[in-house]
Amino acid sequence: MRISELANPSRFVRAANLVMPWLSGAAAIVFAFALYRAMLAPDDYQQGATVKIMFLHVPSAWLGMLCWALMTVAALGTLVWCHPLADVTAKAAAPLGAAFTLLCLVTGSLWGRPEWGTYWVWDARLTSELILFLLYLGVIALWRTVEDPSRAARAVAILTLVGAIDLPIIKFSVDWWNTLHQGASVFRLGGSTIDPTILIPLLLMAAAFTLLFVTLLLAAMRNEILRRRVRTLRLLQASAAG
Amino acid sequence: MTPLSALLVRDMRIAIRVGGGALIGVLFFVVVVTLTPFAIGPDLALLKRIGPAILWLAALLASLLALDRLFASDHEDGSLDLILTGRAPLELVIAAKGLAHWLTTAVPLIVAAPLIGLLLNIEPPAQAGLVLTLLVGTPALTFIGIVGAAIAVTLRRGGLLLAIIVLPLTVPVLIFGVAAANAAVAGPAPFGTPFTVLCALTLASLVIGPFAAAAALRLDIE
Repeated sequence: MRISELANPSRFVRAANLVMPWLSGAAAIVFAFALYRAMLAPDDYQQGATVKIMFLHVPSAWLGMLCWALMTVAALGTLVWCHPLADVTAKAAAPLGAAFTLLCLVTGSLWGRPEWGTYWVWDARLTSELILFLLYLGVIALWRTVEDPSRAARAVAILTLVGAIDLPIIKFSVDWWNTLHQGASVFRLGGSTIDPTILIPLLLMAAAFTLLFVTLLLAAMRNEILRRRVRTLRLLQASAAG
Repeated sequence: MTPLSALLVRDMRIAIRVGGGALIGVLFFVVVVTLTPFAIGPDLALLKRIGPAILWLAALLASLLALDRLFASDHEDGSLDLILTGRAPLELVIAAKGLAHWLTTAVPLIVAAPLIGLLLNIEPPAQAGLVLTLLVGTPALTFIGIVGAAIAVTLRRGGLLLAIIVLPLTVPVLIFGVAAANAAVAGPAPFGTPFTVLCALTLASLVIGPFAAAAALRLDIE
């Protein structure tokens, strides 16, 4: 079977049903292994055990951003190619992106309390993550305002693309805004200076999160396709009765 | 008269006459700024320090007020369909409508800003810089908002949704607008850098706004 044949929603649902147990199983196994490795990772010499929040915090931040990138590709799929699954993907991805971004904010906040002495600072990274979260909520609100799914999809696609252009600008301006006030932020990892004992569990957690994301995305897309069928059937029923 | 200038004059007439939203925006701006000292206290030093921020925030909120009617009223009376079937390029039509909206809502606000600035203890010499930032920055707010207005044109309760989807996108304009205004009022940070970036943001939104709004309108009205 070719990949392009999956564009047919019925075939996609069948394929998703087929793949789902394997994917969720793989996600569970990788999660178990990654959590075990994260448990074995050494504590930070300053932060103690709280540094382990990082293993949840960093992957969720990555996925929160990856999800908008996926929505951007889906928006192009909706507007340029009118791909039947593109708007389903975009609709399924938005709450997942919001959830991962919220998870990132919550874990970051819980991590910040013992380390910085406060749940929230207006640090550049935190702030742009919060704005990303608000943008996700705006997209979800737009999905929930337009009744006709295909019209909602096109409106959301425009908003997603404008957001994709604006997000780097927001990131840049928030960085600029923050550094003007308090100098370079110290709350960041030193790039490749992370020790392998921490880096490997972190990458494993990222893989586990990605598997979880793909599983949830496929499940949400399948549900959305079925939900649309139910809607169409109800509309047909209503017009037949009237 | 070309179609675009005719549209510009028509939109401005509608905004200025009875039922238009031109003066509501500037009144809202004045009321919000007047209420702020009641919330934070009459400390003139504090008001001077956060004055530019208050003025910018009030301008940002005021720019949203009439935005939801920008295309919605044209959609209701059918003139949007005429515009869409007309020969003038939709992107330019939207730019003309945006210009009319800016002239009727933002310009009165910019004219009022120096007077309101006096209430916030901003001295007249510093006000030139503050007014300049508003003059350069408010077109960006209008042309980011115009995309939201085009997306929300056929929606019920579009106005509420508009604020939610547009406001996060205006963060860069707010940051650089307030930074430049603060530099003009309080110093010592340089005025040029944030002001130039603010100009760049406005120019970029002048390009992106009409194209995105035109795409949204074409998809919305079919």
